[in-house]
Amino acid sequence: MITQLTVHALVEQFRRGAATPSAAARAYLDRIAAVDPSVRAYITVTPERALAAAAAADARWRAGRPLSPIDGVPIAVKDLLCTKGVRTTCGSRILEHFVPPYDATVIERLEAAGTVLLGKTNMDEFAMGSSTEHSAFFATRNPWDLARVPGGSSGGSGAAVAADLAAAALGSDTGGSIRQPAAFTGTVGLKPTYGRVSRYGLVAFASSLDQIGPFAKDVIDAALVLRVIAGRDPLDSTSADVPAPDFVAELGRPIEGLRLGVPQEYFVEGMDPEVEASVREAIEVLKRLGGRAEPISLPTTDYALAAYYLIAPAEASSNLARYDGVKYGSRAAGARDVIDMSSKTRAQGFGPEVKRRIMLGTYALSAGYYEAYYGKAQKVRTLVRRDFDAAFARVDVIVAPTTPNLPFKHGEKEDPLAMYLNDVLTIPVNLAGLPGVSVRCGFSLAGLPIGLQFIGRPFDEATLLRAAHAYEQATGWQTRRPPLP
Amino acid sequence: MTDPSAAYEVVIGLEVHAQLRTRSKMFCGCPTAFGAPPNSQTCPVCQGMPGSLPVINRRAVEFGVRTALAFHCRVNASCRFARKHYYYPDMPKNYQISQYEEPLAEDGWLELQADGQPRRIAIQRLHLEEDVGRLIHEGTLETAHASLVDFNRSGVPLMETVSQPDVRSPEEAAAYLRAFRAVLLYLGVCDGNMEEGSLRCDANISLRRWGAPDLGTKVEIKNLNSFKNVQRALEFEALRQREALDRGERIVQETRLWDADRGRTRTMRGKEQAHDYRYFPEPDLVPLELSRASVEAVRADLPELPAARRQRFVREYGLPTYDADLLTQTRALADYYEAAVREVPHPKLVSNWMMSELLRAIPADDERALAASPISPRHLAGLLRLVADGTITGKIAKDVFEKMFRSGEDALTIVGREGLTQIADTAALGAVVDQVLRANPKAVEDWRRGKKAAAGALVGQVMKATQGKANPSVVNSLLEAKLSQL
Repeated sequence: MITQLTVHALVEQFRRGAATPSAAARAYLDRIAAVDPSVRAYITVTPERALAAAAAADARWRAGRPLSPIDGVPIAVKDLLCTKGVRTTCGSRILEHFVPPYDATVIERLEAAGTVLLGKTNMDEFAMGSSTEHSAFFATRNPWDLARVPGGSSGGSGAAVAADLAAAALGSDTGGSIRQPAAFTGTVGLKPTYGRVSRYGLVAFASSLDQIGPFAKDVIDAALVLRVIAGRDPLDSTSADVPAPDFVAELGRPIEGLRLGVPQEYFVEGMDPEVEASVREAIEVLKRLGGRAEPISLPTTDYALAAYYLIAPAEASSNLARYDGVKYGSRAAGARDVIDMSSKTRAQGFGPEVKRRIMLGTYALSAGYYEAYYGKAQKVRTLVRRDFDAAFARVDVIVAPTTPNLPFKHGEKEDPLAMYLNDVLTIPVNLAGLPGVSVRCGFSLAGLPIGLQFIGRPFDEATLLRAAHAYEQATGWQTRRPPLP
Repeated sequence: MTDPSAAYEVVIGLEVHAQLRTRSKMFCGCPTAFGAPPNSQTCPVCQGMPGSLPVINRRAVEFGVRTALAFHCRVNASCRFARKHYYYPDMPKNYQISQYEEPLAEDGWLELQADGQPRRIAIQRLHLEEDVGRLIHEGTLETAHASLVDFNRSGVPLMETVSQPDVRSPEEAAAYLRAFRAVLLYLGVCDGNMEEGSLRCDANISLRRWGAPDLGTKVEIKNLNSFKNVQRALEFEALRQREALDRGERIVQETRLWDADRGRTRTMRGKEQAHDYRYFPEPDLVPLELSRASVEAVRADLPELPAARRQRFVREYGLPTYDADLLTQTRALADYYEAAVREVPHPKLVSNWMMSELLRAIPADDERALAASPISPRHLAGLLRLVADGTITGKIAKDVFEKMFRSGEDALTIVGREGLTQIADTAALGAVVDQVLRANPKAVEDWRRGKKAAAGALVGQVMKATQGKANPSVVNSLLEAKLSQL
């Protein structure tokens, strides 16, 4: 089946003329129609746009002049990336009918590379959540077990790639929102260095933490997509002017002698024993490949979650202030005046988790509390960054579990705090602005995927991906498929 | 208000918001031109669309640095933008990108003339921010069925300058603003148009007993859209506070709105309703670093500023301070003056004509009107050259000036066409004088009897007979000679 192919295998078929982008796009659209009613990865599917783009790609491949190494590849994007003329809901009622007048920079770059947009994927409302249950529309299911969650907030993108509903996808990661669903869906999920990929057109959750990255079937695919979306964007002042190397070319180099740090604090109390066993086994595999593993300490890990839950809600409370019913999005009816209109619109438009975080953040920024909360959290953030700096003076890459637990059942984590603990191993990476990737490192007895996280130095995605690729090549995990038609 | 016999000292601080004359907005590429159709100059950034991000306008920063240096401020090597939060439908993001803890520049001063003496008002800080949109209500604000938002102004660069509470009277506040505006106009960073809102002012005012070490409770006044209103509002407020204090009342800390129609201030919001702006550093922008070299480059490029130019006009052209003050209040006016003087080297004559004639037709502080003046500096100089060399009389020149202003023609054209050249020829004028003496025996008789004022009437008759073209001094001497011979 063409939909099972990796991006690089699919493109090889385009090159040889064994398949066309149109055939691939049709195959994916057919599969979405057949399988997505049970997975529910997509909020919006864009068949016309996809087929038109695929037809153009057909011509380029026929002429032997593809726009990029991923020309014609069908891709899904998280529904918080603005797409001109295609509604962008952010998983929220308040943006249910919002159609952006512009494309996000990553969308422009993907289309300039010739990729085919299949549609927009489901997510926790405004990227706040770890299960994709907090979408205002419906919950996405984990392709490995439909009774379980795919993780979140980019659960739709993870599920789409895992279920072969897209060749690759984009998500966003603020505290683990790419890596955690990648672990839960057994996909490769890469959060690049903060500043590596332009955020222009990414509907903001927490501006200083948000970063766009790919979901893929293997590490090579993730590297291919990253190459296209990375790089300085004059429209995003926080995007870095650092050249994006040919990540794929770097993958072939062996990892012999690579120093791997294993942070003791990441093997937390109460973590699932199957997760721990798989991760420890993976570290043994890396050693056999020539990696030199050594224990390291990241002592501020315990404080990172608390700091994150002040900084991210503070920024969110500010970023979400604009949804007031005045300009775009939903507007509540029956208001007495403009203040009442905004209040009603927000009361009706936002779900409970979003409201909770707006209140948390508003409080953290209030006069008299700012220093005690936001100010202190920023100091912790600095300490977290220093922990990593110290670690990277000794090691090249850090290896750890992506999440302490296996995919859980829908409705299982009602308590917000229990949900927040899901991200305890991914959040420090966002606070420090580092790149991180999750790859499949085994399965539980029940057949649920387990994620291995690699964390790298700033802008050193090349080494990070090289280690992940070496591991992936040495194991056969990526051949297993979810139990779907 | 500075009257030391009064019981209280008036303490005023001023906050001025100036729209910067950049071509594009503070954080996006949209044009800033005033008066375009609603929402025609907008984009995702200045409409606060989801996903849009700000990018700092370098030109606006340069304008800010230029102004900061003109005000003798310290330009910070690194500054930050911050978000200031409050809900209002004219503000698309419901926060304004401004600067808070780390402004562009701090600690400067502005010199102004108070009773002919120079006085320095300390400037606390200068920072950059974005303007908000404009609400248009169908009906009055209170009864409107609908309100519309125009985001053309949203994102236009604003520069906020906060003075220390150094201003001591409402008149001085107006003088500060005039001096402030003059500096901005000289720098070319703001068009200074208060009616269009390019320059806006808020004032803080408090009273304290003379010699008291602590400041009194201050009241903030908003909606001051002209120099006159600033002064009137502060005069009203000083009086209101003085009367309240005299009655033994306490001044309540609040924000008051100036109602120009009623000539009074009224409560807008109290201290309890004061906003908590929840400032925090703007995460979408990196700190703005300004190298010493870039600041020095701006400094090296500063134009001559009003105070320096005023002094030079006194020194170089020998003008009285009053003339120099008036002529240097805008760069365009001072440029006009110097252009005219270059053409006709009679500095005081040019000054007199500009003050008495030109500035009667064109407001002294209106650079745009001056630029559109039908009489160019060269044309004015041309007219004054004819006056200086005696070709036309001063009286004729005023009529010619009127005609030039209406038609845009130069003086020579009008004088030539209408035959207005002065008559100084004694033979020709002698004949006219003889005729006048014959026709006015009564006046001649009066003169003889010692009523020397009768000569004035005779001069007037000569002027009338020559349609004002007769050279007055020639007429005078001819008359004197002929009368004494009679």
